Amino acid sequence: MKAAVLVFPGSNCDRDCKVAVETTTGGHVDMVWHQETALPSGLDLIVVPGGFSYGDYLRCGAMASQSPVMAEVAKAAERGVSILGICNGFQILCESGLLPGALLRNAGLKYICKPIELTIENRNTRFTSAYGDEQTIWMTQGNADGNFFADADTLQSIEDNGQVVFRYVENPNGSINNIAGIVNKAGNVLGMMPHPDRAFEPSLGSADGAPLFHSLQRLLQSA
Amino acid sequence: MTLKAKVHIFLKNGVLDVQGKAVEGALGGLGWTDVSNVRVGKVLEFDLKASDKSAAETEVKAMCEKLLANTVIESYRIEVA
Repeated sequence: MKAAVLVFPGSNCDRDCKVAVETTTGGHVDMVWHQETALPSGLDLIVVPGGFSYGDYLRCGAMASQSPVMAEVAKAAERGVSILGICNGFQILCESGLLPGALLRNAGLKYICKPIELTIENRNTRFTSAYGDEQTIWMTQGNADGNFFADADTLQSIEDNGQVVFRYVENPNGSINNIAGIVNKAGNVLGMMPHPDRAFEPSLGSADGAPLFHSLQRLLQSA
Repeated sequence: MTLKAKVHIFLKNGVLDVQGKAVEGALGGLGWTDVSNVRVGKVLEFDLKASDKSAAETEVKAMCEKLLANTVIESYRIEVA
């Protein structure tokens, strides 16, 4: 596995993502600064990490989505490269238009930082194929703007196309249809608020994020 | 010429404004119970060099669509003077 983790000013999960990918897949991970105008060649995965890019100024992910490197990420998405946006990374992917919808302020106005229980809604994506028959999985979440929103037509199409990948068992933030993570129509771009990068081995409290990375590895082996 | 631009950005109608709800609750708690539909938005002000007002408005609209507003959830209103 050859992966890149993007680094924006204010990213704070970039190293977590690097360690998560390395530990779960044994892959090689390059860190890529947001001002870069080219990505390393032959990438299998691009991770857009969590954090508070640009201090969350204007809107979460708004400025980061216009960074030079994001033009390259859009081209890679078009080529079918796997792209994983976690937390602020999800916000950035929505702001950049690579995923539908937007993330609003949490309905309770609180920053929510706690373990969270999820259902896997679609086990046939390239990000979830290595999950077994678990009823639910646990990851942690830490955000103030994780309340997913899409207008009625967009929501209908997301649901009809099986683009909802993870849902909250108990809705923590007002997210529409309990949505915690979605893929794009082509299925190669995943955005999610919970952190698989903080749940990839038992010492972290949960290893339920590991199969997500194993799924991506499986994709390479089957190719 | 240098013009003054002002951009007002609010969440669209139908998008829950949780900050507005919280402010409304606080006002109600202080006795202003006749208040309803509080919306919290933001205002951006800047100077812009442009050939005329119409050209400036076109530029500011492009800025809103590209960066300043997220039209999935927000609407905006532009003033140029």
